[in-house]
Formats: sequence, structure tokens, C-alpha cells
Amino acid sequence: MDSRTQLTSSPFPVAETVCPVLKNDWVNDLYKHLIVEAPHGAAHSEPGQFFHLLCPTIGDKAPFYRRPMSIYRIDKAQGRLEFLYKIVGTGTATLAQLEAGETLNILGPLGRRFDFAKRARHIVQVARGVGLATLAPVAEAAGKLGIRTTAVLSARTPRHLMSVEYLRSMNAEVITVTDSEGTSDVAAVERIVRRLIEKEGGDFLVTCGSNRLLQLVQRLGREYGIAGEVALEQHMGCGNGMCFACVREFHAPEGGITYRRVCWEGPVFDIQEAVSW
Amino acid sequence: MVDMRVRIGSIELKNPVMPGSGTMGEGLAHVMDLNRIGAIVTKTITPDKREGCPPPRMVEYRDGSLMAIGIPCKGPDYYIDEILPHYREYGTPVVCSVSAPSVEAFGNLAAKLSVPGVSVIEANISCPNLEEDGRAFGMDAEASARVIRRLKEMTDRPVWAKLTPNITDIAAVAQAVEAAGADAITCANAMLGMAVDVESFQPALGNITGGMTGPCMRPVILRMAWQVARAVKIPIIGSGGMASANDALEYLMVGCSAVQIGTVNFIHPTAMLDVIEGIEAFCRRKGIARVSELTGAMRSRKEYREQQAA
Repeated sequence: MDSRTQLTSSPFPVAETVCPVLKNDWVNDLYKHLIVEAPHGAAHSEPGQFFHLLCPTIGDKAPFYRRPMSIYRIDKAQGRLEFLYKIVGTGTATLAQLEAGETLNILGPLGRRFDFAKRARHIVQVARGVGLATLAPVAEAAGKLGIRTTAVLSARTPRHLMSVEYLRSMNAEVITVTDSEGTSDVAAVERIVRRLIEKEGGDFLVTCGSNRLLQLVQRLGREYGIAGEVALEQHMGCGNGMCFACVREFHAPEGGITYRRVCWEGPVFDIQEAVSW
Repeated sequence: MVDMRVRIGSIELKNPVMPGSGTMGEGLAHVMDLNRIGAIVTKTITPDKREGCPPPRMVEYRDGSLMAIGIPCKGPDYYIDEILPHYREYGTPVVCSVSAPSVEAFGNLAAKLSVPGVSVIEANISCPNLEEDGRAFGMDAEASARVIRRLKEMTDRPVWAKLTPNITDIAAVAQAVEAAGADAITCANAMLGMAVDVESFQPALGNITGGMTGPCMRPVILRMAWQVARAVKIPIIGSGGMASANDALEYLMVGCSAVQIGTVNFIHPTAMLDVIEGIEAFCRRKGIARVSELTGAMRSRKEYREQQAA
């Protein structure tokens, strides 16, 4: 595009900006860690929101639409945004080829944030896969409000638990479970979450990245009468509520099933309204 | 200074650039100033509440995408109470797109939506009617004319007829809606297509068929706009695959008075501003005082040669 997209700031809360890439490195065999200089984006972002990334066209890989990506870290002090991502398709494949010193066109921040400020004293996070990235900013924002966070992180192996150090540096308590250690089955996670609710005052549940963990959190939320939220993913067109391509099924308050846009009504939804998949 | 104003029948627009129906929403106001564009065109309203098509709703290609959204809609009362107020505050005319399953219902809906703040009714006689194998009023000249005649009886607002490209002779439909009293023609909606996910032996879209849009459609719809321009006297609003000022200039030169920018809004939400500025810059460079002079300004290759020789 032309000069407009070279802007690094905008009077509007959502902006298309061209950001210098500071880092785009592997953190393990599956995930890359992307850091961009984005003063406008960092200033306006809240936990749970996402950016819509214009992944470059390289050779025969030409992603037509942008790719939505949840924010791993909002660094307001340095004006930076960080993302953690796995290569799953054309968009992330070309994104992975970006190098420090190149630029990335980002649109955002977009979507609805986690809403825990007035509802939680002790947040229990249950995250797996991409959820490790999506839920990480919750701990930092909660800490600033004096809200305690315990993160139950699930992964294939210990080296796929990427956010442990960052979460501990934000004073979150971290409990890790992995497939390789045989500690990550749903029954084991259920025992941990029950203990956090019964003994530690856990009173707000957030989850992302696993259907089985969503079902667990929905069940425990109902049983204990505890509120909670889930961040969901979907392929998106515009990311800004306009095209209606990214709908998923939800339980309508009046009964039955309704479609909602993940980009606009979400990506953060009430856990009990989400339909597991 | 270039005079960017254009006239579409009784309505004057501050410039010729507006979004295509279904490609803008409240979210656009979070990214840009809606006072800058020529018109606000809202997503199609239907008489009934609709959830839309089951997902998946989208397949993307290198230069376009196939979407089967199915016009999700919360009905006309919701539009008047909840959607229109977001747009009334701007000094930009609102074009309200409507669609209905019968001629009668089209008329009643337009009457109901002719409220303060709605400047134009755009009749979506072209959106593939996804529940009827993609057939639509717009595929039949006489059915199209019946819808427009009814709308003209039921509303005092200008009526724009948005044609479908899924037809052999688009000029015949254009003439039929002109004769029925349409104030302008929007040319055109999405082309029907489909895709298969071969790994799983399933249709790639929940609805099986969808509407193909984006830059790959531009040559086809541009040709239709040119055919329509030669067939009618009422103003034409071009709509098909435009992503830049240059693309919009093509549509103006083949005979359009204004343009609708669609799919590119999903990728670059401020694309319409680039198109407006680019058209203005082109006029300055070519010494054109009024953007309306561009409408139908394409010359034959012979005429151009003769002018160059003179």
C-alpha cells in the first residue's frame, strides 16, 4: 500500500501500522517468538485482544487475508508487542521467514479483552498450546490490580512450556503439567484446579487452547458457581466485525444455538456460553 | 483544488468513493473518520432475523476469496434502534441495503426503513439467495423490474438496484430496472463459486456455494459496468474488485459515476481514503477540475491516436 500505511501512530484506537521487527526467533522446535516495535499498539492493547497481521507473500505462498494473533506480551514501557506462534499454515509459514530489521504491517488492537478487574480476587489460568501465549498478559494486568494469579500450564514436554519464567516474573504462581511426564491428563488437572478453588480461594477461571480443558473448566465453573472466560480461535477475514466470516456456535442466553463473531463479540467469551468442539 | 463532488440522481456525494454493502461496519469507525467517504453503505437488512450460513464461511485464494455468509441480520427494528444511530452523527449519507424473499416484502421493508438518517435504499436483488441454489430476483429482468417498481411505490427515497453478475446479458436487466424507475444501478454483486476440501471429501464452505470477490473479479465486473453504461442513462456505481485509485479510475472511465470499495476493506480498512486521495491526485496531474468529468472519459484507441496527432 501507499504512504498511509507507513504511519506509526493514529488518532484512532485501532490502526494499521508498519512495525520494525526486532526479533523473530525459535523458542523450541515448534514455536517462534516475534517482537515488533509498535508504540500505538502497545499503548492501546489490553489482555485478550489480538492483532491482525499482514503476513508477507513469499514465492507461491500468498496469504490473501491477514492472520489473527493473540498478544503474548504488551510492553507499554518500551512500546513493543510480543507474539508466540506455531507454524500451522501459509500465513504463519511466511511470517516465520521475517527477520529482524524487516517490517510487519499490523492492524489492531482488535476484539474484546478479558474482563476480570471487578470480578476476581484469585484468577486460575488453565492453558495449553497457543493458550500459553494468549493468557500470559492476564497475569501482568491482574498483578497491577492486586489480583492473584495461578497458572496451570499444560504442554507436550517441559521445553514447550514457554511462558513459565515470564509468568513467575509477574509474581504469578505456576504449576506445570506435561504429556511426557504423564502429569497432564484431565483428571490430574481437575485435582489441581479443585484444590486451587477449595483451598486457595480461586474465584475466576480463564482458559485457552484446549477443548478438553475448556470442558473441564465449564464443568467446575458450574459446580462451584464460579465465573470465567475463554479465548477462542477461528479463521478470520477482516478481524474487525465487518465480514462475519469468523463465527462460531454459542449457547444463546434465551436457549438454543447462535453464531457470534470471534473477532467482534470475542475472542474472549463467557465460559458457559462457549460451545466446546 | 479538484471538485470531488458527484451527483447520483437527487443525491450529492462529497466524493465518489463508498464501501460495498457488507464490507463495512461499526468497527470501521474505530479505524477512520467516516466523514471522509462519499457514503456509508450498510449491510443488507432482511425482514426476518437470520443467523446466516453454517461455518466454514470463507475460502481464500491468491487474489480474492469465496465467502458464504448468508446475510445474518437482526431485522429492521434492530437496524433502526441500534445500527443507524452509530452513523447518523456523520455528515455522510447512509445507503441502506435491503433484501427480501418477495416483491411485497421488499416494498414493506423499504417503507419501514425510510426513516430519518436513511438517504438511499439499495435493493440487493443480486445477493445470491443461498437457500434457493443461488437463484435471485436479479437473474430475471422482469422479476428485477417488479421489485424496483414496488420499491418506488413504497418509499420516497432514491432506489439503487444492485445487479447480479450471475447472468449472461446484464445490460437487459439494467434496462429493465431503469424502465421500472431505478434512480441508479450498482454493478455488481459477487459471482457464485464453490470449492472442495479434497482431503476430507467435503465442500469447503458450510453452504457449499459462495460469492467470489476481490481483485480477481475486477476485469469481469468492469466489463459488465461498461456494458451497463452503454445501455442506460441513469448513474452507475461500480463495484467489483477495486483495491486502489487506479482500479477505481477504470470504473469511472467506463461510465461509472461513483465506486464501491469492498473486499479490500477487510485487509486495509483505510483503503477508501487511499482511493479518494489517489483519484484527486490523478485529476490534479491530468488538469481535470471536476472528478465527474472522468465518468465515461475512456476514448477509443482510434480517437486517442487522432488527438495525439492533432
